[in-house]
Amino acid sequence: MVALSEPAAIEASSLRVRRASKYFAAINGAAVGGLALDKVSLFVSAGELVSVVGPSGCGKSTLLRLIAGLTLATEGELLVGDEPITAPSAERGLVFQDPNLFPWLTVRRNIEAGLVARGVLKQERGQVDKFMRLVGLEAFADAFPHHLSGGMAQRVALARAMINHPKVLLLDEPLGALDAFTRMRMQDEVLRLWRVHRTTMLLVTHDIDEAIYMSDRIVIMTPPPGRIEQIIPVKMDRPRDRSSPDFLRLRGDILETMHFAGRSLAGNGV
Amino acid sequence: MSASVEELRPQTAILSRAQGPGEETAYVSPPVVRSRPQTLLAVPVGACIALAIHFLVPKREVVPPTHYYPLILSVMLGLGVLGAALHPFFAGLRKWMRQMCPILGVATVTAAVWELATSCFGLLPLPYFPGPEGVFGSLVSDRSLLFDSTWHSLVLLISGYALGVAIALITGVTIGWFAHARYWGMPLLKIVGPIPATAWIPLAMVLSPSALFSAIGLIALAVWFPVTMLTASGISNTRASYLDVARTLGAGQAYLIFRVAIPAALPNIFIGLFMGLGTSFLTLVVAETVGVKSGLGWYVSWAQGWAEYGKVYGALIIMAAFFSTIMTVLFKVRDRVLVWQKGVIKW
Repeated sequence: MVALSEPAAIEASSLRVRRASKYFAAINGAAVGGLALDKVSLFVSAGELVSVVGPSGCGKSTLLRLIAGLTLATEGELLVGDEPITAPSAERGLVFQDPNLFPWLTVRRNIEAGLVARGVLKQERGQVDKFMRLVGLEAFADAFPHHLSGGMAQRVALARAMINHPKVLLLDEPLGALDAFTRMRMQDEVLRLWRVHRTTMLLVTHDIDEAIYMSDRIVIMTPPPGRIEQIIPVKMDRPRDRSSPDFLRLRGDILETMHFAGRSLAGNGV
Repeated sequence: MSASVEELRPQTAILSRAQGPGEETAYVSPPVVRSRPQTLLAVPVGACIALAIHFLVPKREVVPPTHYYPLILSVMLGLGVLGAALHPFFAGLRKWMRQMCPILGVATVTAAVWELATSCFGLLPLPYFPGPEGVFGSLVSDRSLLFDSTWHSLVLLISGYALGVAIALITGVTIGWFAHARYWGMPLLKIVGPIPATAWIPLAMVLSPSALFSAIGLIALAVWFPVTMLTASGISNTRASYLDVARTLGAGQAYLIFRVAIPAALPNIFIGLFMGLGTSFLTLVVAETVGVKSGLGWYVSWAQGWAEYGKVYGALIIMAAFFSTIMTVLFKVRDRVLVWQKGVIKW
């Protein structure tokens, strides 16, 4: 368990998770029930990019859904700034692994969706073009999602989430389904959006390299029930070199923490 | 997302495909080939055979000479020749002829065979099976009554269908979205829905002040069940992640229903609309036969009462054209509305 260190003054777009637990009741006797998150505490300061890594079933996505407000914590407290999270809101954008674009809307209308949902399309129509340019999709404004490649679709999903200027952007393995090259390009793209907007970002990922390449801090979770094992700061200047000694050393440390490193395996005599 | 396939295509191709429904047909249609002579000649040759049989083979039955049948054949012969002459100049005509000529050619030959079997050799009993002369004769001579009947059927069908669809969309969305409505509505839907609308005719006759209203009600009921069922299942099967995304974009209940759940359910809703259209045709004809004293259904039973089977078949031909036209219109609407969907079935 990692001690929670909260600064005295809380910025509006910081995120606090205090001893949050989530218990799922077993449905029809299936083995999916039980404790998914066990007293997880986390502080993400405003404008910080924090990654959450861990094996599947460690409650990463559950944590993200709690922060999004899509499910409510069984116990504990979650706050954005000073406001407790009780329901989903445009303040906390969410991007899934599947872009989940609305297939019945064109690229432009998908990006507009957040403005329409909040009833501010008229006032903020200029934003749409800005965000389409930002993710380089002006030429595809009138295309329907099934015409887009995976990377393009995910860029639309990012623009759709960012257009609301959320205080916190939650990314649930957003690049997990992309091929390695598209993925590395998209990591830079997300970093660019983050630099431009200084949005607080929480990125759930399977990919340790991605976590090191992108984030300020890496949260390592262990299953089950989901707990935070360790929080590792990444003190390297961006853009980071994926093959630098620092990078590789950190990668080794993280693997070791997660008990996947060759050293520890050899030590256990496996 | 079929990323690998799409990314191989040049971007211009993706763009041009994305421009509209018109573009979609471009890669479905077969590649351009030269029209073969047998395709071009199908209609003229078929019409010539039919005309030859009509004028040269002696008739057994005595038909009043109306000449409408040979007139129609002559018109087809003329248009066939004209089309064959003009087809090199018009791409649209060429495409249409390549598609339709074989079918129309076979249709004229079928008419000729029909005439041989009926008027010429009397293989089928009269008055139940008149020759083409008799059918086309009564089609033309009774045209004002037929037109009037078609108009009445159209008005009745549209009012019943529109009423049924309107109610069904409301009940379907309500049952599909709200858990309480589903709890109370589903049993009713499951018990009352499968009863054929025509089975309610005795009750409808008692309840309704006029036959017309009861017919509208019955057609609406026939449409209501499939559209409600399919709408409700479409709404309740909306992908949860679409709703989650919409919620994190700041969507309220109205946005979730009208801009997420209903669009997501549209493919299902259209299946319901097609099923409802089928049952509405059936109910229309039955309702007109037993209650309403107008329309094509009434015309058929009236003509049958006078043993004028030429008129019966004439009305059936009109009915076929009428119903398939309406079906085609619904398919066109579907293609427009669901242009965002991949791989829709063409009518």
